Amino acid sequence: MTRLQLRYLAHARSGDKGNTANVGLIALEPKYYPLLVREVTRARVARHFKGMVSAVERFELPNLNALNFLLHDALDGGGTISLKTDAQGKVYSTALLRMEIPVPAALARRLRPARAR
Amino acid sequence: MSARTVRIAAGQGFWGDWPEAPVRQVRGGPIDYLMMDYLAEVTMSIMQKQKSRDPRAGYARDFVPLMERILPDLVERGIKVTSNAGGVNPRGCAEAVLEAARRCGLQGKVKVGLVSGDDILDRLDELIERGHPLNDMETGRPLSDIRDRVLSANAYLGMAPIVQALEGGADVVVTGRVTDTGLTLGPIFHEFGWSPDDWDRVAAGTVAGHIIECGAQASGGNLLRGWRAVKGMANPGFPIVEAAADGSFVITKHPGTGGVVSVPSVTEQLVYEMGDPRSYITPDGIADFTSIRLRQAGRDRVRVSGIRGGPRTPLLKVSIAYFYGYKAVGTLVYAWPEAYDKARAADKVLRQRLADLGLRFEQILTEFVGVDATHGRLSGRPHPDIPEVQLRIGVRAREREPVERFTREIAPLVLTGPPSVTGFAGGRPAVEEVVAYWPALIDRREIEPGVRVEILEA
Repeated sequence: MTRLQLRYLAHARSGDKGNTANVGLIALEPKYYPLLVREVTRARVARHFKGMVSAVERFELPNLNALNFLLHDALDGGGTISLKTDAQGKVYSTALLRMEIPVPAALARRLRPARAR
Repeated sequence: MSARTVRIAAGQGFWGDWPEAPVRQVRGGPIDYLMMDYLAEVTMSIMQKQKSRDPRAGYARDFVPLMERILPDLVERGIKVTSNAGGVNPRGCAEAVLEAARRCGLQGKVKVGLVSGDDILDRLDELIERGHPLNDMETGRPLSDIRDRVLSANAYLGMAPIVQALEGGADVVVTGRVTDTGLTLGPIFHEFGWSPDDWDRVAAGTVAGHIIECGAQASGGNLLRGWRAVKGMANPGFPIVEAAADGSFVITKHPGTGGVVSVPSVTEQLVYEMGDPRSYITPDGIADFTSIRLRQAGRDRVRVSGIRGGPRTPLLKVSIAYFYGYKAVGTLVYAWPEAYDKARAADKVLRQRLADLGLRFEQILTEFVGVDATHGRLSGRPHPDIPEVQLRIGVRAREREPVERFTREIAPLVLTGPPSVTGFAGGRPAVEEVVAYWPALIDRREIEPGVRVEILEA
């Protein structure tokens, strides 16, 4: 096993509802979805965003090969109150794609671009 | 099964979206309806403010010149419009559209459906008195806590008044706070004559509405997966729903336009602003996003099927906007070498000055653009040779005075702080009023009897 950033396994889009950001994480190939379900757990995502969010919820959408995460209190008040550049959580998506998960070494070798190996 | 389809085109993903989009949707190929969503969470309060200064204002003003531009095409092609451009003054908006129609020489050829009754600003005290606390859905606080600062209050209406307006022969339906999904559901239910308690079909139309309500964000805009391969974005094709009588539909776009309609592009939009996917709640019903099936059905065509739904709830969401306070954001740019260290030093100096002045803020937030503004601490340490860093510092307070004073503390840093600083050409930052959003729920029986649909003729 080795560690691989989610960006090589998934794409994502994020948005806001009040002070909560949501990140939809979508497997790049259906065959990666079980790996996401197993490794991108609620607890790991909470640890990834530690200090940035208060709580994390996770929902599964096997029909879309996607997971949906709610990141509570992620937007510094949210909406018009927030002073953040990303007051509407538009780029929490790629912040999640920074996260690394354990994957079989062969898979990581195949997915990681040559210069990053 | 009938092979008939209804084509609903998205013309606007938000108030301020690409002005050419609706025009190209109308002229770029066959459509039956143009759907124009203008209202975000706090838009109503901005419109309320405009209306308090000018009783004829309070709606998305740019909707009127747009209508004037495309009404002849709409009439010629038999295309109808559904829009919540009416904001807090749907009547004013409807009348302005009628005047535009007359200016186009379309007397007797355009009927405007006017939907009102969502505005409950004048009823708040009565509603609270009668036992509707209108608690904030996020915090649970009762509305009475901020009652004296409320600027606007509107219930989210669903598709029913839109269906009614279309049945009354409206060519252009102008509403206040109707849900973005209702603007798509209305035409579909009107055309197919479906029953509003056919929950699977309600859910299907809701999903269709959700996919196109953010405009090109479903058809290649803001698409992360393979973004380099998305071509022709100088002329992006906005999404079109082709709804079929069996409750399935296809998402597509006009030929000859840029962007892409693919399973990934639609999936990214589906998860946008999603909560619990099994329970996407609208005034019209509940959609289960885990039932959605997507299939590429040709170039720039995605078939959407299998959608299940559940009954609507007895509650309607209410969007309340209230005055919160003031904020301002100032920026300066620091250049190599040691750009990040200079920006951090400037931040320290500025904060000390604010403290020495005895200014009290609810929050002071510093971000270093180029270092941590988008991903916070996840970005790691910046490269020591980073070519430049923008210092971005924001403050918020309940009172105007400290924020005003803060805006005079940015430019002086150029001559009184760390070196190699630029990017202050904008001068003093503006003091902005903060209008905050208060989402609440109310029994729909309090709202629905007051909803009115009128058909006005040019």
